[in-house]
Amino acid sequence: MERDKNFILGVFDDEDVLLNAVTQVRNSGVKIQEVYSPFPVHGLDEVLGYKRSRLPIAAFLFGMLGTTLALTMQFYMMKFDWPMIIGGKDHAAFPAFIPVTFELTVLLAAFGMVGVFMVSSNLKPWGQVRIFDLRITDDKHVMAIDLATNAGIGEEKLAEVLKLSGATEVNKKSFE
Amino acid sequence: MAHSTTNYNLDQKFEFTAALKKSIMTVLVIGAVILAIGIITAMLGGGHDHAEGGDHGYHWYQRLFANLWINNVYFTGIAVIGVFFFAIQYAAQAGWSAGILRVMLSFGYWLPFAAVLMIVSFFIVNHDIFHWTHSDLFDPNDSHYDKIIDGKGGYFYWPLEKGSFPIFFVIRLVVFFGFWVFFFNKLRTLAYEEDIHGGTDYWRKIRTWSALFLVFFAVSSSISAWDWVMSIDTHWFSTMFGWYVFASWFVAGLSAITLVVVYLRENGYLEMVNENHVHDLGKFVFAFSIFWTYIWFSQFLLIYYANIPEESVYFIERLESDVYSPFIFVNLVLNFFLPFLVLMTRDAKRHAIFLKVVCSLIILGHWFDFFLMVQPGTLGQNGGFGLMEIGMFLLYGSAVALVVLSNLAKRPLVAKNHPMLEESYHHHI
Repeated sequence: MERDKNFILGVFDDEDVLLNAVTQVRNSGVKIQEVYSPFPVHGLDEVLGYKRSRLPIAAFLFGMLGTTLALTMQFYMMKFDWPMIIGGKDHAAFPAFIPVTFELTVLLAAFGMVGVFMVSSNLKPWGQVRIFDLRITDDKHVMAIDLATNAGIGEEKLAEVLKLSGATEVNKKSFE
Repeated sequence: MAHSTTNYNLDQKFEFTAALKKSIMTVLVIGAVILAIGIITAMLGGGHDHAEGGDHGYHWYQRLFANLWINNVYFTGIAVIGVFFFAIQYAAQAGWSAGILRVMLSFGYWLPFAAVLMIVSFFIVNHDIFHWTHSDLFDPNDSHYDKIIDGKGGYFYWPLEKGSFPIFFVIRLVVFFGFWVFFFNKLRTLAYEEDIHGGTDYWRKIRTWSALFLVFFAVSSSISAWDWVMSIDTHWFSTMFGWYVFASWFVAGLSAITLVVVYLRENGYLEMVNENHVHDLGKFVFAFSIFWTYIWFSQFLLIYYANIPEESVYFIERLESDVYSPFIFVNLVLNFFLPFLVLMTRDAKRHAIFLKVVCSLIILGHWFDFFLMVQPGTLGQNGGFGLMEIGMFLLYGSAVALVVLSNLAKRPLVAKNHPMLEESYHHHI
């Protein structure tokens, strides 16, 4: 069976039930693809065992890029390309470069972080967002389990595990 | 999420053990000895060279006075920031900090000592620190007449005659300390009454008093910065100075609070305070280090770029002096680059070892900040960082630690009836 195509979905009404269900389902050896919820559920990341986001690292690197770019640009312009004396200062008046450097650092860190986040979470303009269940934008939490990843367990068993853990409905969803 | 009810020991008291007391006393004695050696060396050494063109010869005790003043201002700041941060928690209706409120509050116990030290030492250091206390500056017929200082004279002497007793200055000094101690007493009395009676009424009362204190502090912290620090360089002024001194105080105070919290946790107290709370304190230290840098740099950049002689003289005195220019960089490294780079990651803010190192160095670093504010204007090229500076810093630091910790030990360590204590247990970031 092909991965990332066929899913079995557990629908939950209550976030407390959901949190316990995630632990229970994972303990029974099932790998959860993703959990969708209409609002942030506190503690969900922990029970899902997600690793910490590496977004801060991207932000730091983009920030460093901004710093380097800003300083290089200003030194090049003010010292070599078109030297000008402003306020009797040296051509390369370092303190005067700090505000621009600060702004570019913040700008690139922010843009870089947004860009990386968009791409990595499939929110990029050319990305296709898959809707597992429309009610995840309203009042239902949905736990998506990839059938291919859990092929060894079997569909009936997965449905049973979900039911036992407190899912109000168990649905199937396939994507092309 | 339904947590199981937690049974923390809410009646715990910090035990100021003999061993801890002894080690602080040792530091105090070491500080006193270093100070004494420093004084003796200064007395024997060439402390009498006359400043060129100046008519006031340099005396060794001026350096002692400058040190006295640096530490007075600095540790007063740390003490009042404890009360300020406590008040902020109530004004912001913060729940996360309920477990560490008493640590912040305990810093205020230094305030009465600071008040006495500051007021007494003002009359001792007088002419040697504050140029504007010389009466001949205000006499148009005198050769020392200074038109600029004469113009500012009313700020120190009103309503008395300029050059006489600086009544307006002294009144401000006394009133600021008076109100700070008054507000501190009010807040702590209410806090301890809450322990006995409980209920939300005390929280509301403390919030009201906190708001009043914050309004008073907003004005008084700025004015005290002009009075106690900026007036040393009497000709010079900076409209950012109030913020600058406040920022320096705030970071140093936050670092001291963090250090005490980390220390208490490591010794088995405050088990309801977990790494999430420590993380938040770390964020405060990180953020306000950047805030301080922002203020410091804003002040510097405007003066540097405008290049108006009467303003830029302040930085020329510091940057072009062999004595002080290295400390400008020490200041920036310890107070900006170090906390910025070390505390940037989440893990560093959640682990005691990073916080202990960074916070200790920040407390040292902001002392250098005040050193750079006070010494160039008072000692000129005769200043520097030597035995007297180290000794006096250790002496004051350990005295503050003794007062704060012994008073922390006298009262309950946890605000057990604080309405948001339960909320703070579940603080999670």
